[in-house]
Amino acid sequence: MPSTTSLLDTTAIGRTLVRMASEIVEKCGGVEQLVVVGIQRRGVELAERLAHLIEKAEGGKILRGKLDIALYRDDLQTLGPVPVVGATELPLDLTGRTVVIVDDVLYTGRTIRAALDELADFGRPQRILLAVLVDRGGRELPIQPDIAGVTITVPTGQMVRVSVQERDGRDAVELVPKATI
Amino acid sequence: MSLSLGKDLVGLEALSREQIELILDTAEPFKEVSERQIKKVPALRGKTVVNLFFEASTRTRISFEFAEKRLSADTVSVAAAGSSVSKGETLVDTARNLEAMRIDMVVIRHGSSGAAKFLGDRIASNVINAGDGKHEHPTQALLDMLTLRDKFGKIEGLKVAICGDVLHSRVARSNIWGLTKLGAKVAVCGPPTLVPREIREMGVEVLPRIEDAIAWADALNILRLQLERMEMGYIPSLREYNRVFGVTVERLEKAPKDLVIMHPGPMNRGVEIDSAVADGPHSVILPQVTNGVAVRMAVLYLLAGGKPDAGAARAEES
Repeated sequence: MPSTTSLLDTTAIGRTLVRMASEIVEKCGGVEQLVVVGIQRRGVELAERLAHLIEKAEGGKILRGKLDIALYRDDLQTLGPVPVVGATELPLDLTGRTVVIVDDVLYTGRTIRAALDELADFGRPQRILLAVLVDRGGRELPIQPDIAGVTITVPTGQMVRVSVQERDGRDAVELVPKATI
Repeated sequence: MSLSLGKDLVGLEALSREQIELILDTAEPFKEVSERQIKKVPALRGKTVVNLFFEASTRTRISFEFAEKRLSADTVSVAAAGSSVSKGETLVDTARNLEAMRIDMVVIRHGSSGAAKFLGDRIASNVINAGDGKHEHPTQALLDMLTLRDKFGKIEGLKVAICGDVLHSRVARSNIWGLTKLGAKVAVCGPPTLVPREIREMGVEVLPRIEDAIAWADALNILRLQLERMEMGYIPSLREYNRVFGVTVERLEKAPKDLVIMHPGPMNRGVEIDSAVADGPHSVILPQVTNGVAVRMAVLYLLAGGKPDAGAARAEES
């Protein structure tokens, strides 16, 4: 791929996640009621790593969840085949908990809007925070991250591609031309 | 993801292996929705679905209704008795009148083979076949396959024996199409009067004795013996049928391995299946019913997406 620009490599992603993990603990004032919920797909792997880092630093076991927002999208009524639905797995009742939503890239904010709707069907969390590895701007809804790994501006015609070891065989955050995905 | 099901689901004969697998894979996450405290997702919000049942049904109709409601669709169920159908209105007129009220989908059960396709060709709404005559009952076969996949991990290479009244069974036909497309080996077993000779052309083996089916299969799908068949002379008596073709504990004990037991319901206990088998440790008859809701949610969801190959706009965005 010719015009790929690397933003974060393996080491940088590792460092960023360590910082994000400690910011999560700091902002939540502890890990008592914490649930880390990753959004399918790459948010799930990042959430797992963050939960692991928090466990390493704080001890104890952090509850994890997975969220697939396909059924909560706001564009299902538009033409075209429906998106593939992945698994949602959440500790049953979120009432009273502090939920940290984890996603790879924050762009329009529509995924997070859907995620908030879905979480509401699993109880009434005391608080919900948003942690993203990359905030690339371009919001279409009033949604902002509480914790962001990196904040960047993406040139026209390009997009952010996040790869994670568990799914893609390598860790990378890159700028790529829109057509390559 | 450009694979889609098209406008209607009439039967499994018309679907490719990939399309059948798409439905089964899509059903997986829908199982979880029914386990939630709030058993509802907004995917079909604003869609109107009419369940048009010209034949009696409890399980299938309620299963479709739950599937629709858990996807947030608005639903109406119409039974033939007590509707204009009993006044002689034709199928197409009934459906066109419903369409004039701006519906999006029709789930139809009808006594005539081909009714679902006939309707699908004539109205713009999506049509889902919930059983048409002796033709097909695709969602039943799909839930059977989902249950087999849960139990065995895969369909490929499985030996499934479909036992009983194959002649009148749309469940048998849909299962044969679906299972053979997914690479299972299928045999049918029943009295010669209830097993059509041409069934071999569908790529299945005919086993004349229930003992043979039990010795051969990994799973039995035991069809309901429709009691009115007795009067029509297909079998001498219910007792005779149970004695020769009934799936009993004694017969299953002679099998080389434990068989998974399926039945599409409603069961005639003591006729085609003994109570001890139906309620036994290898019966998946109730899991079949649970899976039915998930499979129907998957079909509704996939059909609601509609038109193929126009969804590239969704590729990027987070």
